[in-house]
Order: sequence, then C-alpha cells, then structure tokens
Amino acid sequence: MAEIAVERKALFDRKRVAFGIVLLVMATLTFLLLPARSEGLTSTFVLTSRRGGVAIEAPDLVLSTWPTLLVIGLVLALGGIWQAIKGFKHSDLTVALGVGLMIMAFLVWAARGASVNLTGIFVSSLVRATPIALAALSGIYSERSGVVNIAIEGMMLMGAFAAVVVASITDNMLLGIVGGMLAGMLLALIHAVLSIRYRVDQIVSGASLIILALGTTSYLQRAVLNLNPELNQPGPAIAAVPIPVLWKIPVLGPVLFNLSPIIYTMFGLLIVTRILMNNTRWGLRVRSVGEHPRAADTLGINVFRTRYISVLISGAIAGLAGAYMSIGSAARFNEGMSAGKGFLGLAAMIFGNWNPGGAFFGSLVFGFFDSLQEKLALLQVGVAGDLLGMAPYLATMVVLAGFIGRSRMPAADGQPYEKE
Amino acid sequence: MAPVLELRGVSKSFPGVLANDNIDLTLNQGEILALLGENGAGKTTLMNILYGLYTLDDGEIFIRGQEVDIHDSNDAIEQGIGMVHQHFMLVPVFTVTENVMLGVESTRAGVFLDRETAAKRIREISSRFGLQVDPNAMIEDLPVGIQQRVEIIKILYREAEILIFDEPTAVLTPQEAEELFKVFRSLVDQGKSLIFITHKLKEVLAIADRIAVLRDGRLAGVTTPKEATEASLAKMMVGREVILRVDKKPPQLGEVVLEVENLRVQDERGLRAVDDVSLQVREGEVLGIAGVQGNGQTELVEALVGLRKIESGMVKILGKDTTHALPREITEAGTAHVPEDRQQDGLVLSFPVVDNLVLNTYYLPPFAKGISLKHDEIEKAGLKRVELFDIRTPSIFLPTSNLSGGNQQKVIVAREFSRPIRLLIASQPTRGLDIGSIEYIHRRILQKRDEGCAVLLVSPELDEIMGLSDRIAVIFEGNILGIMPADEATKERLGLLMAGIQEKEPAAVVA
Repeated sequence: MAEIAVERKALFDRKRVAFGIVLLVMATLTFLLLPARSEGLTSTFVLTSRRGGVAIEAPDLVLSTWPTLLVIGLVLALGGIWQAIKGFKHSDLTVALGVGLMIMAFLVWAARGASVNLTGIFVSSLVRATPIALAALSGIYSERSGVVNIAIEGMMLMGAFAAVVVASITDNMLLGIVGGMLAGMLLALIHAVLSIRYRVDQIVSGASLIILALGTTSYLQRAVLNLNPELNQPGPAIAAVPIPVLWKIPVLGPVLFNLSPIIYTMFGLLIVTRILMNNTRWGLRVRSVGEHPRAADTLGINVFRTRYISVLISGAIAGLAGAYMSIGSAARFNEGMSAGKGFLGLAAMIFGNWNPGGAFFGSLVFGFFDSLQEKLALLQVGVAGDLLGMAPYLATMVVLAGFIGRSRMPAADGQPYEKE
Repeated sequence: MAPVLELRGVSKSFPGVLANDNIDLTLNQGEILALLGENGAGKTTLMNILYGLYTLDDGEIFIRGQEVDIHDSNDAIEQGIGMVHQHFMLVPVFTVTENVMLGVESTRAGVFLDRETAAKRIREISSRFGLQVDPNAMIEDLPVGIQQRVEIIKILYREAEILIFDEPTAVLTPQEAEELFKVFRSLVDQGKSLIFITHKLKEVLAIADRIAVLRDGRLAGVTTPKEATEASLAKMMVGREVILRVDKKPPQLGEVVLEVENLRVQDERGLRAVDDVSLQVREGEVLGIAGVQGNGQTELVEALVGLRKIESGMVKILGKDTTHALPREITEAGTAHVPEDRQQDGLVLSFPVVDNLVLNTYYLPPFAKGISLKHDEIEKAGLKRVELFDIRTPSIFLPTSNLSGGNQQKVIVAREFSRPIRLLIASQPTRGLDIGSIEYIHRRILQKRDEGCAVLLVSPELDEIMGLSDRIAVIFEGNILGIMPADEATKERLGLLMAGIQEKEPAAVVA
C-alpha cells in the first residue's frame, strides 16, 4: 500500500513539473509572437454577431497588440514557474486555462492591425463541435457498456442519408431526424448482434459496418438520388431557434441562445447522460457491465440486454449526429459527408475519459481549431502563420498526453461476454 | 426440523465429462459444512448449480423442505443463497457501496441512486458481523482481505441465509485466513449456514462442523473433524493411500549455481515489482520463496529466466553473467523453468503433446539436422517421456489442451527434466493439481535436488514451501524480508513476514 502511495506521488510530481514546462513553452511561444514593429498597432475583436439578426450591439474589443501579448506571456511564464515548483491545486484546469491564454495570444497576434469576429468564431466552433460531440456521446453509451463502437462514422453516414430522404419525402424535418436515428439504430443492431450474440471481434465488425455504410450510401446516391433529385431536397437547413429575451444578450446570446434545436438537444443529452451514468440505477448497471460483466451477471443483471440497449442508444445518437450534418446544416446529402467526424468523436471521448463533460470539451477543442483555420485563411496570415497555427495543436497534444496518462477505458471494453 | 438445504440425486454433465453424479447433500441450520475435493472433483460445479450459474441435468434441490427451481442467480438470491466466488466479483473502479448495492440498488423516485441509505445499511452489517470496511473506499485501493469482506457484506446485504465460499483462503495469508474463520463463527452464531469449498485438509479440520468429500463427481463420504484425520481425508479424496509428507535427505551442498545481486525489476505498469533482491542458491538445495501472490514473485522469476527486462542489479548462473541474456542462452546454461501459468507460458496448447515435449531442444540433434526436424526421433523421445513421466494421454499426437491440468504439468516437467540441468526454477509447480499429481511433482523436484541440481521454488502455498525447502525466503512487496533455514521456520513466523510485518518490531508483536 505504502509503495503504491509513493509511486502515485512520484507520478504526481512528474506531472506537476511536466505541466509547468508546458506552460513555460507556451509563454516562450507567446514572446516569439511579439511583433518587431508594433508602435500603436491594435487588434480588434468584433463581438457582435450578424448571424440571425442583431439584438443589442456589443462594442468592439480593441487591444493594443504589443502590451497584450507581453502581459499574456508574463502570466503564462509566472504560472509555469509556480506550477513547476509548487504546483497549482487543479493543475489540469491550470493548463487548460494556459492553452486558452495561448490561443488568445495567437488571435491577438493574428488580428494585429485588423479585426476578427470573436463571437463568430465561438459560434462556428460550437456548430462544428456539435457532430463531434454527438459522436462522442454515442461512443460513451456503447463503450461504457463494454462494446467498442468504431462504426459511429458509418452510423452517422447512414443517418445523414436516411434523414435527407425521409425529410424530402415527408417534407417534415422532425420525421427526417427520426428517420436518421432509426437508420443509425439499424446499423447499431447489426453491430450489437455481431459483437454481443456472435462475439465477432468488435473492431472487425465496426470496420465492416463503416465500409457497408459508405458503399451503400454512395451507391444509393448515384443510383437513386442523382436520378431523382427531389429526394435530395429536404428544404433549407433546420433554422436556429432563438430563446426569447436571452438571445439578445451580447456575445452569450448568439453563442448559447440562438442555435439549431439539435444543438440544444446535444446540450440536453450531455446533462442527461452525465446524470444517467453517475446517479441512476441504470447507469450503475451499464458501467458494471462494461467493467466486470461476470460480476454483474452473478448479481442478476442481464449483461446481454444491457449491452443491446446501450449499443442501440449509441446508434440513435450517431444517427442524430448524421441528421444534423445533412438536414441540420448542409441541407442535402453528399457522398462521404461524415468526413471523419465519427472518429474525431471517438478521440474526444477518449480525451474526456469516457465522461460526457470531458468529451464535450474535447469536441470543442476540435471545433475551435476547425473554425480558427478558416478564419486564419481569411486573414491571410501567411506561411509563418501556418507554422504557428500548429502551436496550439502541439500544446493540445501535450496536454492530451497528460490527460491520457490518467484516462482509463472501461475494463471490459471490447471483450465479448460469454456465460459459462 | 427440515435441513436448510438438501440436494437429492443432483447430476450435471458437460460434453465428455460427468461433473456431478447423483449427489446427495444436506446442510443444517447454523453449521459450517466443508466441501472437500480435488480440483475437478465437481465441488465448484455443484455450487454453481446451487447458485444458478449452471442448470442441473437431474435431481432436486430443497430449501427448508420446499422443492425449488434455480435457473439463474436471481432465483438463488431470492432463495437466500449467496456465494463468495474464488475470483472476486467486484468492480475495481466502484466504491464499496456501489459494489454492494449493484443489482438491488436503493433509489430515490425509483431512478436515482441513494448511496447514503445503502452505506448506512452496510455500516449496520459491518458492525453486526465484525466486518469493518469503509463504504466509500474504492475497491481497487483495498487489500485482498478487505475485498473479501466486501464480498461477504454483498451477500449479507441480500439477506442470504446460506453462504457459499469457494476456496476463500487461496488468496489470504495465514493470519487473514484466521480472521476469516472468526467471521465464519460469527456468521453461524447469528444463524447463518455456511458451505465452504476447499482442498486444504488442515483448514477443514480446524473450522468445519461436518465434512463432505467429493471424488470424481461423486460423493465419497461425509464425516466430521472428530472422526477424520488428514490422512483419512486425503484417502477419501484420492481413493488410495497418499503420502502427505515427503521424506528428504539432508542436503549435500555444492557450489553456488544461482547468484542474484540487488535485482530491481518493473511490472507492466512501470511500477517497481522487485526491489533490491539478493539471494544465492547452491547445488543440492531447495530455496523456497514464500509470499502472498502478487508480491513480485512473477516478475522475479520472469527476470531470472530472461523473459523480463532487468532494471538494475545482476544475475549470475554458474558464475556466468546472465543479467541481459536471452531466454535461450539461459536455458542452454542449464536452467529449467516450470512457469507459474502453465497454459500461458509453459505450453503451446494447440500443439500435440509430442511437440510440447521438445519445445526447448527441437533445434538440437538428435531432433534436428540442419534446418529440418527429424520427426521419427522426436516421436521416439516423446513416447519414452510419456511413459517415464506417467503422462496420461491416449496419444502423443493429441493437442495438449485435451489433457488434464496435472498431465499438462507433467508434460512441462518431462520436457524440462529430460536434459542435463543445473538449476531448476519452479513457480507454483503444483497450482491447481490434485493430491496425487502434487505428490508426484514434489518427488521429482526433490529427486533433482538430490542429483545436485539447485532449486528455486516459488509458491504461495506454505505447506509446499515448508515441505520441500532447505531454506525459506519471504517476499513482500518486492522485498525479501528474511531468509531462514527451513527448520527455524514456523507458519506463524512466515505468515507475519508474508503480511509485511518485520521481525524485531515491537508494534508487530501487538498486531
């Protein structure tokens, strides 16, 4: 016991110093951003989003480039020194804040002598994070019950396709969403039967389902949609629904209260999933099945039924993610439109240690960088900018390594259960 | 009054095996019934039937005179039957409370977990039966002995009246086993009835009220500790006279064969598993390493035979430095290895017996010439070894997985002993074997010792260590806590060291 405690402490010390060094590296990078000639140069951040109408104008945030960067760099450096020597109480949070500051410094630098719509970046980050977060939630349901589900990518594609076709035929977006979810569940059912009943290797089953979904939807698009274009016309993308009054709040309003109903649903699912997994009878049973199915079985818990239900829920959420991508934003179906979002979702799930909150944070990081790239292209930052654009990714990877060190997958994840 | 539990004519067969054959058994209110038998005698099968994990083919089960049908563990729990499995059924990342309440959760509004109410009931059970445990502790942070308490609480929480313990002392130190037996007494004093599965004769005589002996799936007899002796129980288990104590001659010590200095080794997780171990084994002696499983024995042995990287320190075999040698170099230096997990590390189960018999010499003459194997020579040697080592198999071409555990172990012993060796490293050589095979393996090991071989024996079974060793070392958390001549070792002394309690510490005496 004592030995374990010592080892844990050693691990803790290593982490403390490593995180301190990460902060110091970020400080150095920030100092490198200090422009040579910057007399009176300012960075302007527009806080008013033009999307969906403007309620209350927020004043633009104008920062003097050089002093702002200097202050951020100093804060990072001092924080890094303190972290390395003494250690903050919540070192993970400290590093997350550090990454935030680093990104801010980067934006200040990129926007020198120009203006960037910050609120716009936040909104588009969230929009881009949504399918990833839904995919991550989908993975959490399946894997917490002990079934690895890499087929989320395929389920999203099927969901996207089915949603478009159903919405085009019925002219009803809600039915389209339901259709997408059912398509995801159908694929999930195949995965469940293969991996639970027939104990097929779950990676093999998942990989073949992705190929199946890709092939089926591509074929159907060419054979059916292209010949009957009216089946690929679900109408305009699902509109944002402003929440009365709240949507008018500057910055927060457009970011949180003027969104697609599917994004609200995603937020709801995050909260429900967290409570369901940690504080309900069903969640405890799902987790027990994913950690130690034999133990659950000896206590009279039906391992197979629990896994079937979890995998089906996983399919439904993946289908929803697909529907969001097609009828929720693109307003049509494109071949291979899931574009790796399902895999990013799995990465976010691992980053978040199979917890909804962490997985959402991971999805946001991916969504943010996605939209940042686009903004930087518009600002024409140049070659050096492209290289520097990697810095936040690098920092994220280091932090990720710090998190991954602690993250632990469900013990029975990927292992078929067999009754004796 | 009707007995708490009665089995009549229970039979169960698996493809090719009759695991339980027409067994009658009764359990009375408030008694401890020991179910004794060798591995494969059908003890665990019988109890799994009772707990609903298997369905019986034939026979009846009565509880307090009422015939019952038990199809799954839910039925068993409903009938007041609880089971502490040999391998604990606990979720390591759950708290004590979560593990105990799983399946019969206290809830608010029928949905939300009510951990406080459950924890309160756990505390009540703890104090009533003397099972101290913190309901909020995480299982993975608890030592094995405490985890077992959680298992017991788990079944008491379900208000079990009949408690089944499957080999409960296998993972405990002798002192922890004593603690457990006190708990047994407190359970029966409060009206519970216990069935206690074991193959350890001493325990049965110490704790049981009645003893039922199973042999080859049949009930060999029922007796009491008063009427029985170790020898009579062993005879009932095996069906013939068994020599329990091996006689050995005084050791004829020769030169130092194995020399280990300040050895440090890490486990898979990068934690130090062997910490500064130094020891020597001479020709003609057996050095026994005692210790509760998981204290670095596995890593120590793997490091010695070249299967695990050595962090620092030195290993010498016959004066030659083998610290970073390849397993084959160590084998060729005259080392035989009987691994702890015979199916994983000792045999290629899907290979025929004959191939497993030459796994360490197939590339040498007479079994090979150039790059081709000489199958006729290999077969000839195989047939000879099967006969010499009494390996029971219908054919040497049968996959080794078809053999019983005892015969699989004999294949390993035959392979390792059929070439000139100077050092034998045997790790749990009799794990899971029946008394007959144990006796055989023990004789073979001592025979090697008498031929002048140095033997390093690693085992968690104190009887085995004390019966075979000339000197005994105790390993605890990767450290050797003491090496003593076998005649100075007592169970108590070894047991304290196995629990990590150093000698000459006043506090330890009190504990």
